[in-house]
Amino acid sequence: MSIAATQTGSFRRRLGDPVFANLTRAAGLLILAALAGVAVFLTVQGVPALGAGRDVLGGHATFVGYVWPLVFGTLVAAMIALVVAVPLAIGVALSVSHFAPRRIAVLIGYLVDLLAAVPSVVYGLWGIGFLGPRLVPAYEWLGAHASWLPLFAGPVSTTGRTILTAALVLVVMVLPIITAIAREVFAQTPRLTEEAALALGATRWEMIRMVVLPHGRSGLVSAAMLGLGRALGETMAVAMVLSASGVVTFHLVSSTNPSTIAANIALTFADATGLQVNALIATGLVLFVITFVVNFAARTLVARSAPGAAR
Amino acid sequence: MNRTFFSRAAVPGLAALALGLALSGCGAANEAQGAGNDSKLASSQQLSGTLKGAGSSAQEAAMDAWRADFQKATPSVTVNYDPAGSGAGVEQFTAGATDFAASDKALDAAAGEIAAAKKRCGADALEVPDYISPIAIIFHVPGTRKLNLDGSTVAKIFAGTITRWDDPAIVAQNKGVKLPSTRITPVHRSDESGTTNNFTDYLHRVGGRAWRWEAAETWPVKSGEGANGTSGVVAAVKTGNGTIGYADASQASGLATVAVKVGASYVGPTAAAAGKALAASPLEKGRPAGNLAVQVDRATTAAGAYPVMLTSYLIACPSYPKGKAEAVKGLLGYIVSAPGQRAAAAHAGSAPLPASLQPRAAQIVGSISAK
Repeated sequence: MSIAATQTGSFRRRLGDPVFANLTRAAGLLILAALAGVAVFLTVQGVPALGAGRDVLGGHATFVGYVWPLVFGTLVAAMIALVVAVPLAIGVALSVSHFAPRRIAVLIGYLVDLLAAVPSVVYGLWGIGFLGPRLVPAYEWLGAHASWLPLFAGPVSTTGRTILTAALVLVVMVLPIITAIAREVFAQTPRLTEEAALALGATRWEMIRMVVLPHGRSGLVSAAMLGLGRALGETMAVAMVLSASGVVTFHLVSSTNPSTIAANIALTFADATGLQVNALIATGLVLFVITFVVNFAARTLVARSAPGAAR
Repeated sequence: MNRTFFSRAAVPGLAALALGLALSGCGAANEAQGAGNDSKLASSQQLSGTLKGAGSSAQEAAMDAWRADFQKATPSVTVNYDPAGSGAGVEQFTAGATDFAASDKALDAAAGEIAAAKKRCGADALEVPDYISPIAIIFHVPGTRKLNLDGSTVAKIFAGTITRWDDPAIVAQNKGVKLPSTRITPVHRSDESGTTNNFTDYLHRVGGRAWRWEAAETWPVKSGEGANGTSGVVAAVKTGNGTIGYADASQASGLATVAVKVGASYVGPTAAAAGKALAASPLEKGRPAGNLAVQVDRATTAAGAYPVMLTSYLIACPSYPKGKAEAVKGLLGYIVSAPGQRAAAAHAGSAPLPASLQPRAAQIVGSISAK
């Protein structure tokens, strides 16, 4: 029966194969074209601003001087967000894939996915109106007891709109992305290998450490990179929550914070004219390049440390 | 079965009837209102077309009221206003993309804006003030509703050189007010804004040595707390402790405000006081005819004037193609007319144009002619 069907359908299949192959190829090329289009636009529009003067660059003499505090703020906020979010996401994903009873696991999975459906402007409002003010006592404590650490040196913000708050809002925003991928990756661990580890006398924790985590490493890096992309590019929530002053500082709990590239574009684009717009697009190009470099660096790292494990 | 059929047919029928009655009722009410509102509006009934304007976001609320009133009286003309920001508004106007612009600062001769506008119009562009709004200096110190401060103290607070609320400079001007030693957190706009431009102009003119920055749309000081938009500043001042910021007075209701020293007394941010400050200010020199740019005298000593205010302008051409000229004249004429200014005051909390400027603005707009 099945053999007969294959034979009668062979012509169709021959036609279907190249059509489908070309469609997928076109989809792949479209992505490349879109990416190239964005890169070309950013370069063509951004380059004229590189030689711009003080009046265009908000008082900075050179474009580098203008963009450096923004790059710094972008990286600091995204790094803090990732440092907090990745362990948290791995924990949530493991509990869903390996620990929690099935029904609860499904529920947690749904709820985490739901976090991704909340618009970023809502996270911004939440950060300003709820999270920020509630973090102020903690910041004040840090400022009083841990100010020997430059990170928590005062003066402490009284509104809680600090880069640490912005990073914590980012944590909530990137958590569902990282968790969803990590969960899938962990669920892909071969059952037989897991059972073999347990049969050899490994505890559950040892099994996860020796089998699940190594197996999912490259997937985890992909997850973290997607999360990082979101954190680097997040605009609205940061623009609303962060009290930005365009400085370069490691103080995490003060009112005076570096801005981020995306937030700066959102805040200044509305009133920008002429070459100022080009300057903003040039900062967008810088963000584009940063995202690329970080992604490539992470992928090379994974490929080097675990040859053959790369997905 | 039968009953269902009837009710199915009857309900939408009745609904349609009721809707029709309601609509025609609305229409009649509108016409009556439009006719009785202003003679200028009633006469422009035969106009048609689309007017495009862009610019100041500060004027958005007032512009909504003006557009609504104007279109009620002149339904055949459609008015679109894009609150894209003052700079973008002027740019679009000089590029010929819009019919009029609204800007939070007068055309800048040094930046070539007057020349560009002249080129676009074929003659010197018209520029009249149409929107005056006091900028309130708002603060949040529990238990304190009002403070008296002179310009140099305000400048020192926002520059970050006065850091505590019980600083002698503040206490000396507020006898009997118990001030805590809380640290002061100055809040400023993190986006570019005409409000910041006007406020820093005030600090620049009255701050003396305490304020060493020029007027700018971007906050010049690299300290204090930044917040996005008027609502962001208001929210930050409200939630923080010991915060002080500046915002359009119409958005500052319920917040504690600073009365600034003018002459020998202290004046709070009211629409009337802002109007007085504008009336006390001289016109900018060297401007072409039809240009009513005001050089706001921030250091005025006129009694009851509040010089911390935003003055916004309408920018238009002296002549337009036939048909368009009447429509532009109708809209702009309504905006600078006494009823138009009252409508803005009611909807946006702005100050009506002072009596010394309103007739001149009306006369300039009235000179718009068809090519």
